[in-house]
Amino acid sequence: MKIFATYNIKGGVGKTATAVNLSYLAAMDGYRVLLWDLDPQGAASYLFRIKPRVKGGGKALIQGRRSMDDAIKGTDFSGLDLIPADFTYRNLDLMLDSAKQPARRLAGLLAPLRKDYDVVFLDCPPSISLLSESVLHAADLLLVPLIPTTLSVRTLDQLTDFVSGFNGHKPDILAFFSMLDRRKRLHKQIAAELPAGRTDFAGAVIPAVSVIEQMSLHRAPVTAFATRSQAAAQYRDLWQEARDRAGLTAE
Amino acid sequence: MLTGSREFVLHDGAGAGPDVLHAVAGTVSDSIAWANGGPVTTRRRTWLDTFDWRLYRAGLTLEQVTARGRVELTLTGRDGEVLASEPLPADRKVSWPSLVAALPPGPLRELLEPVAGIRALSPVARAGSRVAELRAVNDDAKTIARLAVDRMSVTFPARGVAPARLTLSPVRGYQSQADKAARLLAGVPGVSAGRASALDTALAAAGCRPGELAGKAAAISLSPAMPAATAMAATLTALLDSLEANVPGTVRDIDTEFLHDLRIAVRWTRSALKLCRSALPDGLAARFEPEFRWLGDLTTPTRDLDVYLLGFDGMAAALIGATELELAPFRAYLLKSRAGAYRQLTRGLRSARFVRLTADWRAALAGVRAARKRPTVAQLADARIAAAHRKALRAGQLITPSSPAQSLHDLRKRCKELRYLVEMFGSLHDPAQRWQAVRELKALQDTLGEFQDAEVQRDEIRAFAGQMLADRSAPAETLLAMGEIAAGLAIRQRDARARFDGRFADFASPASQARLSELARTSAS
Repeated sequence: MKIFATYNIKGGVGKTATAVNLSYLAAMDGYRVLLWDLDPQGAASYLFRIKPRVKGGGKALIQGRRSMDDAIKGTDFSGLDLIPADFTYRNLDLMLDSAKQPARRLAGLLAPLRKDYDVVFLDCPPSISLLSESVLHAADLLLVPLIPTTLSVRTLDQLTDFVSGFNGHKPDILAFFSMLDRRKRLHKQIAAELPAGRTDFAGAVIPAVSVIEQMSLHRAPVTAFATRSQAAAQYRDLWQEARDRAGLTAE
Repeated sequence: MLTGSREFVLHDGAGAGPDVLHAVAGTVSDSIAWANGGPVTTRRRTWLDTFDWRLYRAGLTLEQVTARGRVELTLTGRDGEVLASEPLPADRKVSWPSLVAALPPGPLRELLEPVAGIRALSPVARAGSRVAELRAVNDDAKTIARLAVDRMSVTFPARGVAPARLTLSPVRGYQSQADKAARLLAGVPGVSAGRASALDTALAAAGCRPGELAGKAAAISLSPAMPAATAMAATLTALLDSLEANVPGTVRDIDTEFLHDLRIAVRWTRSALKLCRSALPDGLAARFEPEFRWLGDLTTPTRDLDVYLLGFDGMAAALIGATELELAPFRAYLLKSRAGAYRQLTRGLRSARFVRLTADWRAALAGVRAARKRPTVAQLADARIAAAHRKALRAGQLITPSSPAQSLHDLRKRCKELRYLVEMFGSLHDPAQRWQAVRELKALQDTLGEFQDAEVQRDEIRAFAGQMLADRSAPAETLLAMGEIAAGLAIRQRDARARFDGRFADFASPASQARLSELARTSAS
């Protein structure tokens, strides 16, 4: 089982859109996929038409009083399941704080699902917190969407430094440009120049286009309802790079 | 069938009929509606089992599905739960019938091997399925269950159209909403809950029933008061059915059990002719005995070589001094000899003589009329079982430690005759009583069988070695390895001989004798 996490300290950079599209593409590849919507806003749950509610709330899950199995919902797509968001997730930091080895808690919760799933996606809320630290410890590959600005690359370097200080398991990092506006000269320039010579950048670039925003109208991944769009093509490229980077064999 | 899924059947002619999709789509509640689930898909389905339905009898169903060029084999359990499912790669195409060993290694093969054993898997039904799908959706337009409507046209074993099968499978986490959808579905005219498996449905559409034991020699149902002649004619006709049922599988060499079962039918027939000739019209047994002897002899060489080859891996694994590799020329020689014997066998089974034998025998049995009401079959069975029992006991009592091997062989024949009679007239006895009565007889037969088989195989291996030496197909190390096998057989035979006294004492014990004698008192009860 490979664990992918979409992570960025900033909000509104395309984390959820990435998690939703890549988890759908993984399922289409024949993998058994689970997406855990950890963001209390519940955007990923909404996009899959699943109510953002977990029986017993996040506390019961984190403390192990309720089985993860009970919380899992099937999406409309074969091979793709989801653990919905819950408004109580806003307190996940506090819940983790009271657990043993909080930074390793998510990895521990996911371990029993190894027999049921090949791929897990964690869709993280924007923050630096105990939750994000737990996510970083659990993940095999961090997918980091970046808006093409100089500052965002600085953020990536800070993240890389932080992760390299981990003892034991360290996630690999794959950054990619997201919300690229082709009309902005600076966006184009940074997207063309910054990745040069870096191995932690994907070639795929997700554009800022309205079809991605339409996901909330269709309540489905853009890769499912607009398969021929440029955005869908870029998500497919990104998934291929992420899959290869994580060492997943083709199903 | 998925956990929590529900099966429904659409009954012909009632209510919704072929427009079931339309009728279902029209049933909505305040929280559930139906939506199109995608294009209709087609698939070719083949169900596989052994000739004697070993999978079915073990509660298993093996289905091969071909859809969009992909071939997949799925094994399901009694409640439709999937036990193993594996695609068949294009380079590992299996043409049926085939032994389980032809499947790629994996969980599926591991589950099938102990059940199918040495029997080949053959198609037992074939059908084409057209599957349309509807989605049950909630007020978020979220799919909470999928409804597959499967219309199956059966092409084998006979053509037929099965009633549409509806399977409602809940999406994970939406069981209670799916239960509501199931209640809606149950209200559609013509639709009712049904749990028959797809295989049962396909076979029913073809007018067949699964699990029928074609080809096994088995006791037919006899009533004690039946005239013996009528009962014997019916029994022998059933044995002829069994014999003929195994001919195609033997000729196509599907697996070794067809020939084995064919020989059992021949042996039972020959024993019946010998032991119950008085119940048959004058001259009938004398007319057909030489022909059935010919048939028995025709099948012996191939069967002997089959037995050798089936036990070959075990023999090779038991080698201490020699290696399996050194034995390879022996296996090659056995395979070559078997191919020659099999050619002779098939020639015989396709010959005019065989066709005439079965046709004449069937006609002769159909012409048997009971001139008298007596003896009844119960009286015949009692007399024959009692006589065979006496003979077996006497033959055994004469055996001493210095008796030659032949006397044990003779005893084995007497025991076989007794056993055949007990089995053939089995319907006259209570099954539990019969099982108890033959317990010690079976154990004695096993020991005698091991004694004789070891001797026959040892003699044969010597003959093989001589022939292989003569045609220069055996290097010295192969002959030495064969010598080691012969020594192993001699040890087996000696051990069987050592066990004989104890086994016969059990058989001859008063309690065992009383139980067997009881079987010979059917007509008195």
